[in-house]
Amino acid sequence: MAIVDPARARRAPEPWNDPAAIPYVRIENVVKRFSDFSAVNDISLNIYRGELFALLGGSGSGKTTLLRMLAGFETPSEGRILIDGVDMAGVPPYDRPVNMMFQSYALFPHMNVEQNIAFGLKQDGLPKPQIAERVGAILDMVQMSQFAKRKPHQLSGGQRQRVALARALVKQPKLLLLDEPLAALDKKLREQTQFELMTIQEKVGITFVMVTHDQEEAMTMASRIAVMDRGEIVQVGTPNEIYEYPNSRFVADFIGSVNMYEGRLVEDESDHVVIDSPALGGTVYVDHGVSAAPGANVWLAIRPEKIKVSRTRPAGTHNITRGKVRDIGYLGDVSNYYVTLQSGETMEATLPNLVRLAEPAVLWDEEVWLSWEAENAIVLTS
Amino acid sequence: MLDRRSRLVLTAMAFAFAFLYIPIVSVIVYSFNESRLVTVWSGFSLKWWRELPQNTAMVSAALLSLKIAFVTATVAVVLGTFAGVALARYKRFRGRTLFTGLITAPLVMPEVIMGISLLLLFVMLERLTGWPERGFTTVAIAHVTFTMAYVAVIVQSRLVTFDYALEEAAQDLGARPAKVFFVITLPIIAPALVSGWLLAFTLSLDDLVIAQFVTGPADTTLPILVYSSVRRGVSPEINVLASIIVGIVTIGIIIATLLLQRRERIRRREAWTG
Amino acid sequence: MARPARAYLSGEESRVVGFAEGLHLRLLQFAPYRGTIALGRRVGITGARFVIAIPYVWLLLFFLTPFLIVLAISFATPTEMVPPFSFTAFADGAINLAEAVGKYLFLFSDSLYVSAYLSSLRIAAISTVLTLLIGYPLAYGIARTSDRWRVPLLMLVILPFWTSFLIRIYAWIGILGETGLLNQVLQGIGLLDRPLSLLGTEWAIFFGIVYAYLPFMVLPLYATLEKMDLSLLEAASDLGARPFRAFLTVTLPLSLPGVLAGCMLVFIPAVGEFVIPDLLGGSETLMIGKVLSDEFFLNRDWPLASAVAVTMLVILVLPIVLFQRLRARQAEGEG
Repeated sequence: MAIVDPARARRAPEPWNDPAAIPYVRIENVVKRFSDFSAVNDISLNIYRGELFALLGGSGSGKTTLLRMLAGFETPSEGRILIDGVDMAGVPPYDRPVNMMFQSYALFPHMNVEQNIAFGLKQDGLPKPQIAERVGAILDMVQMSQFAKRKPHQLSGGQRQRVALARALVKQPKLLLLDEPLAALDKKLREQTQFELMTIQEKVGITFVMVTHDQEEAMTMASRIAVMDRGEIVQVGTPNEIYEYPNSRFVADFIGSVNMYEGRLVEDESDHVVIDSPALGGTVYVDHGVSAAPGANVWLAIRPEKIKVSRTRPAGTHNITRGKVRDIGYLGDVSNYYVTLQSGETMEATLPNLVRLAEPAVLWDEEVWLSWEAENAIVLTS
Repeated sequence: MLDRRSRLVLTAMAFAFAFLYIPIVSVIVYSFNESRLVTVWSGFSLKWWRELPQNTAMVSAALLSLKIAFVTATVAVVLGTFAGVALARYKRFRGRTLFTGLITAPLVMPEVIMGISLLLLFVMLERLTGWPERGFTTVAIAHVTFTMAYVAVIVQSRLVTFDYALEEAAQDLGARPAKVFFVITLPIIAPALVSGWLLAFTLSLDDLVIAQFVTGPADTTLPILVYSSVRRGVSPEINVLASIIVGIVTIGIIIATLLLQRRERIRRREAWTG
Repeated sequence: MARPARAYLSGEESRVVGFAEGLHLRLLQFAPYRGTIALGRRVGITGARFVIAIPYVWLLLFFLTPFLIVLAISFATPTEMVPPFSFTAFADGAINLAEAVGKYLFLFSDSLYVSAYLSSLRIAAISTVLTLLIGYPLAYGIARTSDRWRVPLLMLVILPFWTSFLIRIYAWIGILGETGLLNQVLQGIGLLDRPLSLLGTEWAIFFGIVYAYLPFMVLPLYATLEKMDLSLLEAASDLGARPFRAFLTVTLPLSLPGVLAGCMLVFIPAVGEFVIPDLLGGSETLMIGKVLSDEFFLNRDWPLASAVAVTMLVILVLPIVLFQRLRARQAEGEG
């Protein structure tokens, strides 16, 4: 699949699509067992230089354990981790070329901003003038110079986040780990900070690996995302791939909202398939092939924003169904329509509200037609 | 306008505080009494205040007690901090249940039991090895044993709210574990160590029963001396001594309260402006 | 942009640590030093074990071993020697062992000891209840005052505790005596025509124990009451409970751990108390702590004193274990 991701176009090189590229971080068959369960189960992953890689998953998915193994706070039970070609086994956290931004920020409460940032450089035994210079430069970069003498408890949440970032960046690590970097900020600040983080990452050129449970954050910021579930990686790909081409029901459901229906494969060609779905009251035509035998049970996933709603029957023979509007959720920018199909299943459709205070396109209890393009449905076999 | 319930609580509080302070105030007042009969007021006088420093036995006992308390508090802070760290941080190690039991038992153990058992230990040890001679050393060891429990409890409860990410962050930035402890952990829990030290110091200075069991004939601590004097009846000199102790403690506590409140105020103001 | 090296570069880090670390790094170049450290690591002496081992060894040596010695000596036979006991009971086998056990039977059959134990438990129990009755409103009141008053009031409760225990007890002699302050006041306002003799009675002991142990009751009570979520009370009153009922059904049950902890902190040491009954109580009040120290110091019967101590400990094991459970649960709960 050659996918062009418009949002990523400016980061033209895509080393993960280049077989000759050498991965910067290699995670090979890593397993982490705690006394009574395994948190990470045989994970292999390559991360390339300059990436902003996101580990996305719910709680208990093993994402944080994986991050802590990269930092050196946990040791893999099996497998190995290489950073820039060096095996990290037996290398303690204080000797790794890796720095971390903690979820709680972990700013030392008894030191001021400058002292916090200088801490790591002092551990390296750098000469004082050089420490002062680098601390000053990084303070400028995160726009915190005027707060250099403040103690952490005198800072706002956003300011603390910048200090934590500066403290981890100032050592110029090979790898910067971010544990839920924006979770402690409120929504407005979070959106703004996302782009700041991306800008800073581009400027310093350091490879970032971030852990998050927030799919929007991962979609906005990451060059690639690894979706994790119960200690395993379910799918790795660019945000675009993950959203438009999920490889399983878990990923389709985890990222964004989706309509999902069961069906049976009746016709399987290399360029298209036809699925009989009683839930949708007819057959569905999808213009990509799948690797399953005719007669197999499959699932059909359609994103709500890909669905068209109309009062009259659209032209065409496939991919059309009927139903009655049960609920309308008005969100301002868009409205969600929940339509009860004749089979009793529900289909969600998202339509933009293009005109202010316009009458809704359709009303409660109205009979409507729902349709979608053949290219917009996804067939999932697992 | 107070409701009935608040008035009830306030009355009870006033009663309790009166109960707490009338004895102390009466001791101070009678230290200025002219008469040797402490219960009969016969006029204001400073003569008992002038006489106390002449009482060499009392002065040397006080010095001994201060010395023991200083050594005790210092050793107890080290051992108690280790114990508190062990309790807060290592959830699983062999013998943890026994360890927890040993640490907290001295908080409630009747003093006579601790006194007799430590004395018997010291007697046995001295017979076997010729050490320790009863006196300063044995009292200090006994005091460390029971005061370290208090320090351990204070340190443990401070560590419960300690963010371990701070230590990980320091390691992540290149500090070795021992350095992390001295540069990050220790400064942050320092206030707990100070209050632990003060508590151990006071408890040691105050202890009568255990010291009475384990001390030798040569070393008489202040409480032992006061006790033997008090058993013979009330004396104006003891009133003076009590007043001095109350005075020192009051000044100390007032300073501590003011510092606490000031820090609280600064924090609140910074929360406003920051 | 360049900045001059500032004060923060010299601050914080203690020179001792820097020196120790430098020394350590320099010494690492020498094989014997490296070898010793490696050996220590191999047999498992790491920082963590060191931190646990030091207080552990201290407590085993100076807290647990002494109890075992007391237990052993309680089975010995008193003699006139120095120290005044011998282990003949064990030397000659079973017959003398019976004699050793007989000492415990004697403790339980002799009315002096039995009544001393019983009256200790009774006095400790009554004092604990009295302490709770005074301490609860005090802790409740402090926990519910405004932020401004809370710290000073708490300090006022603790202040007497930082002064000498002995002097606090001593103060009561002056108050409770026949010509003491209490009698002067009561006679002065005409409530009494003839002085009450409180000193030397059990009441004096109650006063003494309550007074000496009040902070131990107030502090755990305050801790639980202060932590309590006040919206629970609002919820109770919103659901129709009158204040007193809300107190009985919400506040009191929630503060129960504090009540129990406070009671244990008062009751257990009070059972073994001997200074207070000695100074304030009369000759007819027997408390086991006093019996123990008399056996030990006056009669020099170390084995019997040890047996008294062992028995006291056995009686107190249950409350002590209860106290430790409470404390452990509270310590975990804080996190």
